[in-house]
Amino acid sequence: MEYFLQQLINGLALGSIYGLVAIGYTMVYGIIGMINFAHGDIFMVGAFIALIAFLILVAIGITAIPLALFLVLLIAMLLTALYGWAVERIAYRPLRGSFRLAPLISAIGMSIVLQNYVQLAQGARVKTLQPLITGVHTLFDFGNRLVVQISNIQILIILTTFALMTGFSWLVASTSLGRDMRACEQDLKMAALLGVDTNRTISLTFLLGAALASVAGIMYLLYYGVIDFHIGFVAGVKAFTAAVLGGIGSLPGAMLGGLLIGLIETYWSAYFSVQYKDVAAFSILIIVLIFMPTGILGKPEVEKV
Amino acid sequence: MKSARLVGLAAAAVLATGTTANAQITVGVAGPMPGQYASFGEQLRNGATLALEDINAAGGVLKQQLKLVVGDDACDPKQARATADRLTGQRVPVVFGHFCSSSSIPASEAYAEGNVLQITPASTNPTFTERKLWNVFRTCGRDDQQGALAGKYLADNFKGKKIAVLDDKSTSGAGLANETKKALNALGVTEALRESYTQGDKDFTALVSRMKAADIDIVFVGGYHTESGLILRQMRDQGMKTLLMAGDALADKQFAAITGQHAGGVLMTFGSDPRNRPAAAEVVKKFKAKGIDPEGYTLYTYAAMQIWAQAVAKANTTDPKKVAETIRAGKWDTVLGEISYDAKGDITVTDYVMYQWKADGTYAEMKM
Repeated sequence: MEYFLQQLINGLALGSIYGLVAIGYTMVYGIIGMINFAHGDIFMVGAFIALIAFLILVAIGITAIPLALFLVLLIAMLLTALYGWAVERIAYRPLRGSFRLAPLISAIGMSIVLQNYVQLAQGARVKTLQPLITGVHTLFDFGNRLVVQISNIQILIILTTFALMTGFSWLVASTSLGRDMRACEQDLKMAALLGVDTNRTISLTFLLGAALASVAGIMYLLYYGVIDFHIGFVAGVKAFTAAVLGGIGSLPGAMLGGLLIGLIETYWSAYFSVQYKDVAAFSILIIVLIFMPTGILGKPEVEKV
Repeated sequence: MKSARLVGLAAAAVLATGTTANAQITVGVAGPMPGQYASFGEQLRNGATLALEDINAAGGVLKQQLKLVVGDDACDPKQARATADRLTGQRVPVVFGHFCSSSSIPASEAYAEGNVLQITPASTNPTFTERKLWNVFRTCGRDDQQGALAGKYLADNFKGKKIAVLDDKSTSGAGLANETKKALNALGVTEALRESYTQGDKDFTALVSRMKAADIDIVFVGGYHTESGLILRQMRDQGMKTLLMAGDALADKQFAAITGQHAGGVLMTFGSDPRNRPAAAEVVKKFKAKGIDPEGYTLYTYAAMQIWAQAVAKANTTDPKKVAETIRAGKWDTVLGEISYDAKGDITVTDYVMYQWKADGTYAEMKM
């Protein structure tokens, strides 16, 4: 029982990070129907910006952790959002209205560009950050050898993710920007004819997605303490899988998918073999897609005529 | 095709003979230059570069200056093969590398076909020299020697304790873990957990919780420093005091950067530090003067080039086949001390010893 609960906590923390990245995939897909393969690398850029910001703050003497964390969050979200915007402006907008595969290829190209850019600018070696948020709480102690523990950083990750998720759902459901986004999702051309500034809406979607990815990047940096230019690839693939599993285009779906992937990986590692955790995660994806082709919470696509 | 190749050879021969004393011999060094193992590639390149400068300063090889061409394999078997083909195409007589065993092995076949000698300073997987290829040598030891030491140490010091053996599924990591397990089992000790993870994984919390539940006392990792460091860090995060032990792939200062003060007490099998050998003193000083710490495989690469240069001088030709025969037959004076080879291309002495990391991020040989 303790073991099960401990692994649940491990899985939730991992899944939350996947979920945050997955939101970016799902939003872009929802609005312009393309897979933004560079999103995983935006996440990586976010983690790097956060690390650099931490180092600068320490250098200028701001070491109070809550303040430093808040400033880093602000700086990283802002700068990463700019990257997200620039990627859309450079690589996707000129190709909108082109054939379906063009932006996809351009996205893969952008992903390679970002990876190589960070590798050249920051070097290929892994970058490390010593643990800033320490401390663990014992949740349950049944008097056995194994006690169920949750660390402060795990609490932070899970809470941040749920807070952002709630805030974001509210934004999409109840603000004018959210209404514009939903209008673009339904029919881009019609939305434009009815006075929605589609270019602005799409740009803002990329900005928001990148900002969320940067939060995931910060969490990743704080949790694991090790980043390199390649982390975006694996995280991107996992998050994309999460988005598809949850139903691509659906916000709660992305979150659910992220948590599921995290939990499947963790429980498979816990009870079967660590070696095959990715096999397990992807097998479940395949099984779900066979029975629910649009994912768990996805809406069946309406053929537009 | 064959005639085209002959023409090529003839052209190369004309070029070679038509040049004067200031002609150059291009030699290759190959390893993961970018990528997450780039720090090892850097060690190889540093070692080769300084050896080259020293040899050139002493008049070169066969009165010709040496030039270095760097091949990048990103530790990827496919790219290693492509890099090997490219270096072969440039008609280098010898390549110093590669780093990862999983790269050295496929590359060695391309070199054997293309008439190129290969001396790896770092690939420790036994398979590398076990395939009866004419062109392979190494200046480092083999995983089975390393695994035997690791297994014996575990059996001697942790008998009756719970031991976990992990690997990263890479040729060298899994090879080392298997050899360690073999040695351990032969001494009558059975491990409590045997698992593999994937290179590049960052989240080991599930695995760590599992080891915690199994009450593991010491974990042996066949894998590189990034993952080993994360495993250690996440064990300490979960409040575990479990010891970590690993192979030579840990020999990178970055391990301590990842783990912080937790590095203290970590055990490692590695060649007895070449930096401390008397034969290396002068070269180490030269490296330090350039601001390079010749850690890890730097000096092994330096020694590889020394062996080749001496063998070429003795054979009076750069013809790879003749040089290979010469290397097998002779004794070579290197920064690592005197080296001689068996028929397979392995060094004839074992030089693995146990090391322990200290909390300040350095490591030192253990008194045994």
